[in-house]
Amino acid sequence: MTTTSSAARPAGAPAPAGRRRLRTARGAPAGSGRRPPLVLLVPACIAALFALLPLGYLAVRALERGPGYAWDVVADERTLQLLGRSLGLTAVVVAACLVLGISLAWLTVRTDLPGARAWSVLATLPLAVPSYVAAFAWLAAVPQAAGFGGAALALTLVSFPYVHLPVAAALRGIDPAQEEAARSLGHGPLRTFLRVTLPQLRPAAAGGALLVALYVLSDFGAVSLMRYDTFTRAIHTSYRASFDRTPAAALSVVLVVMTVTLVAAEARTRGRAGHARAGTGTARPAVQLPLGRRQPIALLWCGAVVAVALAFPLGTLGYWLAAGTSATWDLAGLADTAWATLGVAAAGAALTTALALPVGVIAARHRGRRAQLLEQAAYAGHALPGITVALSLVFFAVRYAYPLYQQLPLLVCAYAVLFLPVAVAATRAAVLQAPPVLEDVARSLGRSPLRVLREVTVPLAAPGVAAGAALTFVVCMKELPATLLLRPTGMDTLATRLWTETGAGSFAAAAPYAATLILLAAVPSYLLGRHRT
Amino acid sequence: MRRPLAGRVTALLAAGLLLPALAACGSDDDKSGSEGGDTGLVIYSGRNEKLVKPILDKLEKAVGAEVQVRYGDSAELAAQILEEGDGTKAGLFLSQDAGALGALSKEGMLAKLPQSSLDEVDSAYRGGAGDWVGLSGRVRVIAYNPDKVTEDDVPDSVHDVVKPEWKDKVGFAPTNASFQAFVTGMRVLEGDEATRKWLEDLKANGAKTYAHNLATLDAVEAGEVSLGLVNHYYWYERVAEKGEDKVGAKLHFLPGKDPGALINVAGVGILKDSGQTQTAQKAVDYLLSKEAQTYFADKTKEYPLAAGVTSTVEGLPPFDSLQSPDIDLGKLESLQETLAMLQDVGLV
Repeated sequence: MTTTSSAARPAGAPAPAGRRRLRTARGAPAGSGRRPPLVLLVPACIAALFALLPLGYLAVRALERGPGYAWDVVADERTLQLLGRSLGLTAVVVAACLVLGISLAWLTVRTDLPGARAWSVLATLPLAVPSYVAAFAWLAAVPQAAGFGGAALALTLVSFPYVHLPVAAALRGIDPAQEEAARSLGHGPLRTFLRVTLPQLRPAAAGGALLVALYVLSDFGAVSLMRYDTFTRAIHTSYRASFDRTPAAALSVVLVVMTVTLVAAEARTRGRAGHARAGTGTARPAVQLPLGRRQPIALLWCGAVVAVALAFPLGTLGYWLAAGTSATWDLAGLADTAWATLGVAAAGAALTTALALPVGVIAARHRGRRAQLLEQAAYAGHALPGITVALSLVFFAVRYAYPLYQQLPLLVCAYAVLFLPVAVAATRAAVLQAPPVLEDVARSLGRSPLRVLREVTVPLAAPGVAAGAALTFVVCMKELPATLLLRPTGMDTLATRLWTETGAGSFAAAAPYAATLILLAAVPSYLLGRHRT
Repeated sequence: MRRPLAGRVTALLAAGLLLPALAACGSDDDKSGSEGGDTGLVIYSGRNEKLVKPILDKLEKAVGAEVQVRYGDSAELAAQILEEGDGTKAGLFLSQDAGALGALSKEGMLAKLPQSSLDEVDSAYRGGAGDWVGLSGRVRVIAYNPDKVTEDDVPDSVHDVVKPEWKDKVGFAPTNASFQAFVTGMRVLEGDEATRKWLEDLKANGAKTYAHNLATLDAVEAGEVSLGLVNHYYWYERVAEKGEDKVGAKLHFLPGKDPGALINVAGVGILKDSGQTQTAQKAVDYLLSKEAQTYFADKTKEYPLAAGVTSTVEGLPPFDSLQSPDIDLGKLESLQETLAMLQDVGLV
């Protein structure tokens, strides 16, 4: 990966030098100036409108009793306090995820760590663990963990793969030439990493960090079990205690503002660093750094992370399965539920990926206000708690699409609204990895934008898009609050069954569902871990 | 040049959108029966599937119509019904507490029940507007660990658990709906100021918080705390599961109309706008029948409220012996203020 505007240049061509060049490049990498073709713009706008539905609902509900009332809720001292708590938790979890994600990615991709491939796969598997299961496992073992520490721990351990995955992919993809040059100039490995490698990882890490941040802001399961009051939890309790949707909606609007701020901040990081690369054809595998005497420490670190993030919750589940008196294996019911879960998650992943594709391509290839707005719109629903998104879809469906209400399509749509950013981020990253020079060549040969998209961009980005679909599939499987409200009456997913069983207080009875959920979600997670861009 | 790809993209998008829609058409068919006439019934159940599925299966036979049950959390289902408005799919709302029914009643979403149904239940355990009725009662009690404290020393009032002698020895579940209903009851009975003071004292006294009643009971059994503020039936369920000698906790029923001895109910209301009122009425009658009431007594260990059924659960004090505070359960709907208070004090 070389900086910004050399993107469209064949490798070996003199890199553009100088700040001025970089500045112009910042707002205008490859494809700039060109308006996104209609074939992208129209579906992208549809996706964005779709993602903005909850905002429309929130506006209606928040202003229901007049702006004064909504403002009173928002301007309350407690709102500020919750804001601080939410942001504090987000900051700590993001920082911890960056440390875990980047260190594991570097160790598994760039060093002679024994079993690097296996460690890389193991580092993605925690994705399969729902936050509420992780939190429950920790609470069962360490009741004192409740509170900020416990919430931060549980959330970090389930979400660091969001950083690990893109950073590992970026490490595999970047041209080692710069690092070799730095090394030949006498820089040590650490200095080379900090000065040369890390800056190039910034877009990938920032993208992952954004997903982690939005995940933390919207999480209800872990903070609820850990009894740590955040914005999302306050919104939830507000619905539950008062049946008054106005305060909940007003607080949700604050979450949306936070999301937009975060997305804008991430876009700035991206703008400064740039992400184009010289093209897959030129990248050689980097020389693997011998760990030498530090090898045991590296192994210990990887082992410790995998132990707390994976072995521990699985072990706890195993214990419940073995020891619980209420554990009964209703295999037929379990199979039905698992099948329904797979179906609905697959449909969710398919729709989300289809909607994300045009947005992701525009975000990667086109700059300017319009592209930025589209991308930000796609993120709007992501930080909202599932119950808010679900109620907004209840609202719209009951009024404008009644036949769809409490039918599968609506649930699938909810997944798309909730998880569009996951798929958009993957698509954007994948398109960025595809050298734009090939598109330019195709265009110069007279190919229409559509053919360029179909014959060049999409095939090159396909593995990354598929990886995004797999990730979306995993998060759809784990989703709980929206599924509870929107599933067809009588339908269950593994997550809702798990919830029902724990609701009756028998975690041992819930353990088979939790175990099945983790095992099924582990398959796409495993594939993600093996996926090499 | 343009058309093939545009076509393909459109086809792809359409397929993505249509596939689930087609699936929906399939499921629309089996639902048409419930929409057409007043034959089918959709129940939104805020009570846990494990607890009520057996009795709802019997209810289906009793009402002679297809019954579909949507399980969820009482409060979230109430919020959903409010959001659905007159388009609601629910014919009957089975709630875990009076507050959620009160909220629907306040918005005028519930149909008035016939006097004959209402009269089955003592007026203290039904809605003031005659649009919901309690099915089963649960009473707040203090669970204690006999290794840590003798029954004589267990406080007779929740006001005593904030005394210094119980410092760091009390467990409770602040996010639990029944704890919050109890705090609301205390506010109604003793006023906001006294309740706030009690909550502050409770916190200052180092009372330990748990996720739910069962976790609180676990903590009492494990000796982590000496006393726990819980609902009565958890203990009886556990005794039924393990045997009394294996349960390391005991219950103390509070005398003297203490706010800590509040009786709350699980109840049921009929949705006005669902077009299922006739079937729903049959369902209410069934739930108030001897068979259903006996089920609540035997299986969920709650107090049956109708059909002259008395609990057969061994060791459970008779319902009329309970010295609960006199309170209008409809007033428990003012949960919002309770929540604000709990937040102010820093307990939730």
